[in-house]
Amino acid sequence: MGVVSVAPVEIERTESSEAPFEVPSPDVPWVTLVHNDPVNLMSYVTYVFQAYFGYPKDKARRLMMDVHQKGRAAVSSGSREEMERDVQAMHGYGLWATLTQDR
Amino acid sequence: MAGYFEAAPDGGAAIALDEVEISILRSLAVQLLELIGPGPGEAHADDDPLAELFAEGPSKPPADPALARLFPSAYIDPEKEPDEEAERASGEFRRYTENDLRARKREDALAVVRCLDRLTPGGDGGAVLKVTEADAKRWLGALNDLRLTIGTRLEVDEDPESELYHLPDDDPRKPLMMAYLWLGGLQETLVETLLP
Repeated sequence: MGVVSVAPVEIERTESSEAPFEVPSPDVPWVTLVHNDPVNLMSYVTYVFQAYFGYPKDKARRLMMDVHQKGRAAVSSGSREEMERDVQAMHGYGLWATLTQDR
Repeated sequence: MAGYFEAAPDGGAAIALDEVEISILRSLAVQLLELIGPGPGEAHADDDPLAELFAEGPSKPPADPALARLFPSAYIDPEKEPDEEAERASGEFRRYTENDLRARKREDALAVVRCLDRLTPGGDGGAVLKVTEADAKRWLGALNDLRLTIGTRLEVDEDPESELYHLPDDDPRKPLMMAYLWLGGLQETLVETLLP
């Protein structure tokens, strides 16, 4: 059953290959989600992703478009402590962020 | 209100502001400071200074919707029903982070007030504001916090046909909406000066 139960996860991840974040490995199961809001400017959100995460402009813009169009984007992944740091930083910039275990 | 930020040749950014704009910006920044509130040390200046270092923040989200937007719950997914564990973890996170977050937002708003107070207005009351890159980042934070606050108060949404964009002159929300749009222009042009 072990092998069988792994398969759907693989398929799910393949389907979400558009998702512009690294697929977290099993031991780093937390992600930082940034949620859409009607106030934050698209240029500002892109700037924050570049300035804080050091993402190249294309990736930052793609993540921003996901936030804008899909309502949310996973912008980083790692340990719970790392994601708490990222969420706190996002709140500092005024972005609406939460962390969650990537199940 | 047509002045926008431009990149300064020697780094940082610059904007020409008239007397009314300077006064509105300062007043909004001061109101933001009042909304965010004093730091733990400012309220009890005589207390043990070490106590401030270990002061814990609140564990409940602010009741004011604008403050709740500035200090979101870190574990509560807006698309899911909050469960007990999410609320507990959010409270814990808030206790350890909200004071620092408030301090950062206060410093951003204070930087705006200080920059404006350093201006030497000409005969018409206007002045050219020049900010360093470090100050530009603080301005960016403060402009964003102001827009979040005003946007929450006005209940701005993403509907381009929203009545907010077509308010009659006698609507009490009109001045705030005009300020909101103006701040958006300032922020947009300031971001551009910071993008590589």
